[in-house]
Amino acid sequence: MGRFYNKLPRRYSCPQTHHQRLMTMTDNFAIELTNIDKRFGAVHANDKVCLQVKRGNIHGIVGENGAGKSTLMSILYGFYQADAGQINVLGQAYTFTDSHQAIAAGIGMVHQHFMLVENFTVLENVILGSEGGALLANGLAAARKELTRLGDEYGLRVDLDATIDTLSVGLQQRVEILKALYKGAKILILDEPTGVLTPQETEELFRIFEALKQQGVTIMLITHKLREIMSITDQVSVMRAGKMVAHRETQATSREELAELMVGRKVLLQVHKNPANVRQPMMKVKRLTVMDRQGVERLKEVTFELRAGEVLGVAGVSGNGQTELLEALSGIVPITSGSIEVLGFEMDAKHPLTPDRLRELGLAHVPEDRHRMGLITDFSASESALLGYHTDPQINSGIWLSHTKVKANCQALMKAFDVRPADPQLKSANFSGGNQQKLILAREMERNPDVLLIGQPTRGVDIGAIEFIHQRIIDMRDAGKAVLLVSVELDEIMSVSDRIIVLCDGEITGRIDADKADERTLGMMMANAIDILDPLHHMDDQQAASKLASSQETQV
Amino acid sequence: MNRDTRIAWINRLLLPLLNILTAFAVTAVVFWLIDVNPIEAAEVLLYGAFGYEEGIGYTIYYTTNFIFTGLAVAVAFHAGLFNIGGEGQAYVGGLGAGLAILVLDPTLSAWVFIPASIMGALLFGGLWALIPAYLQAYRGSHIVITTIMFNFLAASLMVYIMVHVLRETGQMTPQSELFPTNAWMPFVHDVAAALGYSIEASPLNLSVLLALVCAVLVWFFLWQTRWGYAIRATGKNGSAAVYAGIKPKRIIIVVMCISGALAGLVSVNELVGYQHRLIMDFHVGYGFGGIAVALMGRNHPLGIIVAALLFGTLYQGGAELAFEMSNISRDIVVMMQGLVILFCGALEYMYRPWLIRHLAPVKQHDERVGVSA
Amino acid sequence: MSDVFLMVLLTLDATFRVSAPLILAAMAGLFAERSGVVDIGLEGKMLASAFAAASVAAVVGSAWVGLGAAIVVSCSLAMLHGFATITHRGDQIVSGVAINILVSGLTIILGLAWFHQGGLTPALQNEARFLSLTLPFVDQLALIPVLGPIYKELISGHTILVYLAFAVVPVVWWVVFRTRFGLRLRAVGENPTAVDTAGLSVIKLRYKALFIGGVLCGIAGAYISTAHNAQFTRDMTAGQGYIALAALIFGKWRPLTVMLACLLFGFLDALAVRLQSVVIPGIGEIPVQFIEATPYLLTVILLAGFIGRAIPPKAAGMAYVKER
Repeated sequence: MGRFYNKLPRRYSCPQTHHQRLMTMTDNFAIELTNIDKRFGAVHANDKVCLQVKRGNIHGIVGENGAGKSTLMSILYGFYQADAGQINVLGQAYTFTDSHQAIAAGIGMVHQHFMLVENFTVLENVILGSEGGALLANGLAAARKELTRLGDEYGLRVDLDATIDTLSVGLQQRVEILKALYKGAKILILDEPTGVLTPQETEELFRIFEALKQQGVTIMLITHKLREIMSITDQVSVMRAGKMVAHRETQATSREELAELMVGRKVLLQVHKNPANVRQPMMKVKRLTVMDRQGVERLKEVTFELRAGEVLGVAGVSGNGQTELLEALSGIVPITSGSIEVLGFEMDAKHPLTPDRLRELGLAHVPEDRHRMGLITDFSASESALLGYHTDPQINSGIWLSHTKVKANCQALMKAFDVRPADPQLKSANFSGGNQQKLILAREMERNPDVLLIGQPTRGVDIGAIEFIHQRIIDMRDAGKAVLLVSVELDEIMSVSDRIIVLCDGEITGRIDADKADERTLGMMMANAIDILDPLHHMDDQQAASKLASSQETQV
Repeated sequence: MNRDTRIAWINRLLLPLLNILTAFAVTAVVFWLIDVNPIEAAEVLLYGAFGYEEGIGYTIYYTTNFIFTGLAVAVAFHAGLFNIGGEGQAYVGGLGAGLAILVLDPTLSAWVFIPASIMGALLFGGLWALIPAYLQAYRGSHIVITTIMFNFLAASLMVYIMVHVLRETGQMTPQSELFPTNAWMPFVHDVAAALGYSIEASPLNLSVLLALVCAVLVWFFLWQTRWGYAIRATGKNGSAAVYAGIKPKRIIIVVMCISGALAGLVSVNELVGYQHRLIMDFHVGYGFGGIAVALMGRNHPLGIIVAALLFGTLYQGGAELAFEMSNISRDIVVMMQGLVILFCGALEYMYRPWLIRHLAPVKQHDERVGVSA
Repeated sequence: MSDVFLMVLLTLDATFRVSAPLILAAMAGLFAERSGVVDIGLEGKMLASAFAAASVAAVVGSAWVGLGAAIVVSCSLAMLHGFATITHRGDQIVSGVAINILVSGLTIILGLAWFHQGGLTPALQNEARFLSLTLPFVDQLALIPVLGPIYKELISGHTILVYLAFAVVPVVWWVVFRTRFGLRLRAVGENPTAVDTAGLSVIKLRYKALFIGGVLCGIAGAYISTAHNAQFTRDMTAGQGYIALAALIFGKWRPLTVMLACLLFGFLDALAVRLQSVVIPGIGEIPVQFIEATPYLLTVILLAGFIGRAIPPKAAGMAYVKER
């Protein structure tokens, strides 16, 4: 149609936004997506999505899991191809058939799960795909120079010869950003970048964003963390169920409005609960140390108590020992030293207790990763609902595992926790994330355990189910059970727990009552920035609490 | 018929059928390459398998072996293990069956000999699978390589035993002495005669009943007991199994022993039921055939019986073909086993996208949240 | 020159000859596994190549043409394996086993139909074989003590394919660790998604790796039937493809150590053959079956014993699926 057409003001409407907007097609926009449509089988992941991102801005895209934001960005990055719709980058129309073309057009992406080769060095990872010639030697030298320059310019300094598996998560993320910049990205897309960072590391990242913005780089931030959207972005777009439902100037909106737009109704961001009725200790963890298979200490002399009638929240950035804690407490992973006294029995390195034995004693465990551990995706719902309890004498008659009883068991669980569709024959993989999680929780909670370990209960779960799940956790606590809640979501920890401990690098770096906790304090504990708490990790909770109380008076 | 049911029909019937037909089609091409008319070959084959009573007997006799090894491979597959050692386990199972018979007093009744030989076959077959299983569970040694090695080791071991230890005195051929008649598994034609029916003599013996019983037992074990649940869970998701309190190392060992034991039962059919002595190479081809049978039968006892029948047909038909045509040998069946494993195993889903697109397409209004195709 | 020294030399000489096909096959496996594709089908490719080389060499009368045919056949099978495992994301082990069994039967069928010798190919005359090469100045240098006989017995007198096998190893090392292709190859075996997001084709890289493996297996198979022996016989590879895999694991997927592992296998095999008629006091003569079983026994012991947990390329064995 030519340049003449492009200069005219044009009316066009995007289906989801309710007003027709007068838009000038200039290259003021870094990215312009028009009516992007994408289906995966029966799932309509992107439904005529429109988006305009102004140059040099920080633009946020929010939505629940499954809203379609990651798919949209993958299309922009050439990872997938849209079924229909147009992509304009910096005024030019493109059709990306692979990431190579997107990179060439100036788009760089930092994925939620890093795309790094663990045993390569930083340098090797950065040049992968842009080696600059068939022989590596020349390419490596040139890259080294350029990366040092970029590092200095944006404050992204990293040891170029370190292998990725020796770097912290924050540094690995820096490598990803460097990679994108090295390949000439003018538009940087980051998918849930702060999920793996402490609040302090997040601050550092935002400083880098500002530096990039100064240099004219456009940043697109995909996240479900409304707090961050409010603090760092210039504009925000909201997606829901595959559709783009709203665009806002960040200054003109609020967390509440965004949450409502994300979900479509008014949302309770806080859980209401009665005060806790705490009773006797059900689990005493004493100087627990756990080493992984490579001999690295993942938990170092962790000591705490879990009491009946309370929810003990374990906060911390993912990867600081939470997984090992849950797996050691549930008997999955061996204890290196220290002991756990649980339900009248003591387990240590020489006297392990197996997961089935712990279940018999009255311990239940909702694992962090429901796909890896919580259920078996290829099994039907009734068989997944049996996981861990397949030896139950009530479901077995002698050697026979009765199908009718297995099915009935599943139906009862589905009814109790409103799992939809309530079909025990349906393959576990075909349930939505929220319903899968509800089935697992039902399975563990309906056994009426005395101790319940829960890991990341609302990861990948839609907001409606989140409320339900939180309420059930509180119900268990009110029924006098001891609940250990491990979560990376600070909001969840602060609203559901009664007491909170913080794990950083395998050690407890903070203990605080939930009503006295705020994000700043927890953030500092997560970064192990409160020195005064260091000597506390072998004291028991009472001593630790009194020490903390006396130290807080001296803090600013 | 709604889309989900269509997809189920595609997965369970159409796809396996197309895969088999492709294997046959490629075989036909090979026939053409060696100047044999595929139609003629098929006629000879089917005649050999079903055209006369003795042939039918042979067909079912071979089918019995394939049921045993097919079940063996399938049980292991359900735990996520690939047991390629069926050849060796069948061979060594023969040693167990043979020893059980040869050490007992020949005047004992068949009611002692037959169960003893079955026990011997089970025990030795299971033992031959135990070491690779142990090495996989506790040392992480790849079970595929170790079981293949054990196939070769079985061959060497059995030759040594039959040449130096068990050889019938005064004979040159490496084979054991004849089993006492009480230790012979009754032939079906003999049983039929006792009941008043006359059928042609063939190697077909009551081991076929044993095979069918094993199929039922395997079905019950895998789908109707908690141990079967534990095995299937381990095969689908090892981490979830550990979470559930299942012990994967134990599962590996138990499953492989069961698998080896089942493979060992081939020797009951071959040696106790037909040869009536320990001979060399009675096991050849059944172990690998079991892999084809298990894959074609989708690891379910019912499918395995059907697939075993197909391979029994090919085996007997193949013998007839080799007899009739000088430039074909029974290796054509080995080749077909490979083709079946290829098309029913590795290329299992090759036709699936095409079939789904044409027979069960997504209609625009058929949107569901969270349902995968 | 002492008898023991001569015997050692001859054993080492045999070692090189026995190890050559193992080295080639192991290098083929290295490319495949480094790219994330497990290749159990090394055995089948070698067997098919051996048949192709022997048949074509018998008909045409040239070992080199036979070698070419072997490579073509081996690459075709490699592409079949790729088609099943890369394009259709089928189980890599099942595909390899299928190819092995298929080849085992097909070679006999074709051999029988074409040559009517019960599955064997015709015995090759010297022009149709690879013959031992005598390196220059062998007789003159043989007079130098120690080094001379080493040169004459050990280094000179191998067929060209043996020299090729050893020459391939440093080339493989250089390609895998010093070129762009090698970097991408290793990346694809560790984290294929990272490669995909870098804008590279995981599929093409894996196919290329399999193709290279096909060429190497072709040479290995041709060696067995036209250099080491003079015809094709039933199942003549006798498990060498699997032993090469064991050497690959034992050598931790690095070219130099894998070559050493292959040499170890070759050495122990050659040693066992030497001990065949030796009488050990107290036990008597070692039965020939035990000698035959040695390489397999050794493989099991090595896989069980020292390695424990060798860490393969992270993505090996898994088909690449774009996550969504």
